[in-house]
Amino acid sequence: MSLIWIVILPFIGSLCAAFLPSHARNVAAWLAGTVAVACVVLTVRLYPPIAEGEVIREAVHWIPQLGLDFTFRLDGFAWLFAMLVTVMGALVVLYARYYMAAQDPVPRFFSFFLAFMGAMLGVVLSGNLIQLAVFWELTSLTSFMLIAYWYHRPDARHGARMALTVTAAGGLCLLAGVLMLGWVVGSYDLDHVLASGDLIRAHSWYVPMLILIGLGALTKSAQFPFHFWLPHAMAAPTPVSVYLHSATMVKAGVFLLVRLWPVLAGTDEWFWMIGTAGLLSLVLGAYAAVFQQDMKGVLAYSTISHLGLITLLLGLNSPLALIAAIFHIMNHATFKASLFMAAGMVDHETGTRDLSRLSGLRRAMPITATLAAVGAASMAGVPLFNGFLSKEMFFAETVFVSGHPLTRIGLPVMAVVWGILSVAYSLRFILQVFFGPPAEDLPKKPHEPPRWMLFPSALLVTACLVVGMFPAKTVGSYLNMAARSVLGENTPLHSLAVWHGFNLPLMMSLAAMVGGILLYRALGEYQQGTTVVPLIEHFDSKRIFEFMLEKLDRLAMRLLRWFSTEHLQVQMLLLIIAVFASALIPLSRGGLPEGDKTPLPVEPAFAMLWLIGAVCAIAAAAQAKYHRLAALTLSGVAGLATCMTFIWFSAPDLALTQFIVEVVTLVLLLLGLRWLPPRDKSLDHETMPLPVRMRAEGRRSRDLVIAVCAGIGITGLSYAILTRSAGEGISPFFIENSLPLAGGSNVINVILVDFRGFDTMGEITVLGIVALTVFALLRRFRPAAEAMTVPVKQQEQDAQSGALPPDPHALLPAGPMMVPAVFVQLLLPASGMVAIYFLLRGHNEPGGGFVAGLIVTTAVILQYLVGGTAWAESRTRIFPQYWLAGGLLCAAGAGMSAWLAGRPFLSALAWHGTLPIIGEMHLSTVLLFDLGVFFLVIGAAVLILVALAHQSRRAHRKQEVAEVETPVEVPGSPAGQGASGHGYPPVEAERQGLPHVLPLKERED
Amino acid sequence: MEAIYALAIGVLTASGVWLVLRPRTFQVIMGLSLLSYAVNLFIFGMGRLMIGGAPIIETVAQADPALYDDPVPQALVLTAIVIGFAMTALFLVVLLASRGLTGNDHVDGDPEA
Repeated sequence: MSLIWIVILPFIGSLCAAFLPSHARNVAAWLAGTVAVACVVLTVRLYPPIAEGEVIREAVHWIPQLGLDFTFRLDGFAWLFAMLVTVMGALVVLYARYYMAAQDPVPRFFSFFLAFMGAMLGVVLSGNLIQLAVFWELTSLTSFMLIAYWYHRPDARHGARMALTVTAAGGLCLLAGVLMLGWVVGSYDLDHVLASGDLIRAHSWYVPMLILIGLGALTKSAQFPFHFWLPHAMAAPTPVSVYLHSATMVKAGVFLLVRLWPVLAGTDEWFWMIGTAGLLSLVLGAYAAVFQQDMKGVLAYSTISHLGLITLLLGLNSPLALIAAIFHIMNHATFKASLFMAAGMVDHETGTRDLSRLSGLRRAMPITATLAAVGAASMAGVPLFNGFLSKEMFFAETVFVSGHPLTRIGLPVMAVVWGILSVAYSLRFILQVFFGPPAEDLPKKPHEPPRWMLFPSALLVTACLVVGMFPAKTVGSYLNMAARSVLGENTPLHSLAVWHGFNLPLMMSLAAMVGGILLYRALGEYQQGTTVVPLIEHFDSKRIFEFMLEKLDRLAMRLLRWFSTEHLQVQMLLLIIAVFASALIPLSRGGLPEGDKTPLPVEPAFAMLWLIGAVCAIAAAAQAKYHRLAALTLSGVAGLATCMTFIWFSAPDLALTQFIVEVVTLVLLLLGLRWLPPRDKSLDHETMPLPVRMRAEGRRSRDLVIAVCAGIGITGLSYAILTRSAGEGISPFFIENSLPLAGGSNVINVILVDFRGFDTMGEITVLGIVALTVFALLRRFRPAAEAMTVPVKQQEQDAQSGALPPDPHALLPAGPMMVPAVFVQLLLPASGMVAIYFLLRGHNEPGGGFVAGLIVTTAVILQYLVGGTAWAESRTRIFPQYWLAGGLLCAAGAGMSAWLAGRPFLSALAWHGTLPIIGEMHLSTVLLFDLGVFFLVIGAAVLILVALAHQSRRAHRKQEVAEVETPVEVPGSPAGQGASGHGYPPVEAERQGLPHVLPLKERED
Repeated sequence: MEAIYALAIGVLTASGVWLVLRPRTFQVIMGLSLLSYAVNLFIFGMGRLMIGGAPIIETVAQADPALYDDPVPQALVLTAIVIGFAMTALFLVVLLASRGLTGNDHVDGDPEA
């Protein structure tokens, strides 16, 4: 299982680091270091079997239905790469511990750092292509987080966004390519894919697959023309540049190209696509590096160039070139990481990375200077350093390339040009920073960095030297193992040696060396203080990228403007027309034949009922604009007609529920009416100019036509259904089994609380959420200014009844409501009794938790209606939130009690027996569940109604406060209108919560 | 009876649709409530109309499904009624909040739109 642990361990570490306090930098560093070292140890321990050519595979089930597993696979090449990731990780953790400042939130850095390490190891060890793509995107994401670590800096945010856009888009291409690859092979398993090279290369999808996978790899490895994100990613802290943007993440692209080399390479398309991208990055990267002023900028372009070298080697379709590529992956990681570390140390100790300001640091920082010089020598390909070896192999490959004369001659020439440029920028990097007269105007006085900060760089530099001098003894066997795992039996013989005799590659090296020195001297002064790269300054991929992004934004905005609307009216119109049209489509195929069911005989009373109902519905529609109370009453009559219809056609439960809901809804809407604006005469049609009126009339006529069409359509549809016999459904089951299986004779109630209890569970949860949402919205409710005075009718009434302010502590409310208040108080216990009666009989007769809960709610709200809000609130203690929670817990507990008996959630448990005195008893968890529904309905409905009713008190108080605050009202400005102009009053004291009825604490902010 | 029932649904739907297309929030809330009557009746009608067949089993012996009204649409409508109440409450509060924020009762917050 150790393979899986190598991947999981960093993620666990990442989680732990995320929860550390932000100043715990030592703890976080120790944690990250321990994780990295543990991963190194785990990887090293796997070496013996790998060395013998074994492939280790481990799998955990992921989505077995889709044939997807978490598969981890380790062969020689993956082992070498895993070592690179883990060892580099450990060194960079040590470096970062000293690099990061104390005021930075260091645990966050290590958290992302470890997450990246896990993701990168996931890419390397994946045995499944989909899984590889997932980890691939994860590296892009963590890279984004790490580049934007100093998110207060605009360049960091910008660079992070650019890196994410480019690499994640490439990752999506990769996913598409991998899906095609898996489709062609018939499996996403890496072993199967690697065994199907001929099939893939011969397939007609080969070119699209190659392009998509190539896009993924080239974007990740910052290859031309997608290279521009890498220099901008240098805004990240230097440890990130060391680890992600030189040693590991940018190598993921070439890693993938090596991984799939056996199945994708070997064709002309591969050669031209991969080879060209590599060659262009190689030369252009080195060329641009010569003209950079930022130390990290030089290194970034140099990285592009070296990655281009690796890509080009892979594109050459030669096994020996592949070996050189793997070798250069390792060499580049060692010398480039040490150089980035040196750049970071210079930045850390002097406060600048600007080449035109730095000079003569070798006196102040001799060790750093030595380390950087060795690294740069390796980068330039000076003999006896490891960079020289892979460079020689590259030169040799370009010389032996066959084919078109253009490539035969062009490639070696380009290679030499690259060599010259590399030498030039490496020389400049060292000579400018460490030699010459000491700089005077540095932000900090330079001195040597702490010993442990130098240590990782020193280790890497030593590796450069040792490998460079004794390649065969140090890395020969590892390289051979890695190459063998990719190439299998076709691995060519190769020897790693410093000295191959006087041959053409050595001549090319010498030419490059001499040319580089000459070029450096020739450029001399020109480079000082300019960031312009001659010849290609106008070709800026970054500008093209931004231009295209902006175009895309504009296009998206335009499309949104064309195809969407924010206007509810238009949305509603389109929705209704769409529903109507979709209902017409099946009808247009042959129409509807006559139904087969004999209709019930017409009863005049029913016709009369709906005559009234229909008139009221139409009248409600006509009156809803100006006469809200009338419309509410009229629609209530339509609701009553609906209720009667339910009774008529054998649905007593529905009628009962509909009736009580009707009452509660009416009270609810009445409570809301007070806050709606009065009629605005200026918007009346009669006073409007003619064109506006015409347009309004046009809209109304159109809507009228639509409404009538909808009505006719639904009438036809209903009639057609009602005159046909019902098909075979699941209903007989419920009727047949209600009594035998569930022990209840009211089938509706049995369905709700037993057979389909889970649906009801969801429903009451929704009800609870709605109640809380209503409460939350009303807590911050700001009524409109003109709605804040006491309504005129109420003022008149108060004047008639002696104008005594309501006394909340009186035994009974004063005035005309005194006698009703007595009745209503008496009604409260009675209603509780009735509710319990309905609840208990629900299983066998019409009734149940919903109805019972609403009955209690009605009784409570009556107290408010009759006694007034202040009076009712001073003596009711309801705490609806406890009812809500209790109801949910009760229902869920009833459901979970089934687990005790080892049965699934919400299975009913029943007990039937005889008790002394009481007699025969039937108890069931279903009753408990219905009790939960009952509680929750009380809680939710009361919470909603009381929260709304309470607003009237809040408005009065606000009026008083407003009068105290602003005794003189400015004419023309509505009272209490806040500074924001949105009706928000500026007075903090008005943010009162509800009183003890709803003692949820208001947040003090 | 079926024809009257269907016409009732039609009238409720037409009134509801007309109101839902209107620009004032109160009109829309009334429209939704009329539409919900229509939809509840429509769903209930899926079980076909039957008089005197309330699904309350009286016999101890095996019940005959032909003698009772279809209970499934009834259970669905019962749920719909309660959820409809919750929706009305939520919409009312959103309406009030929008009224407080925009100063008018237009559905898009802009009386001229």
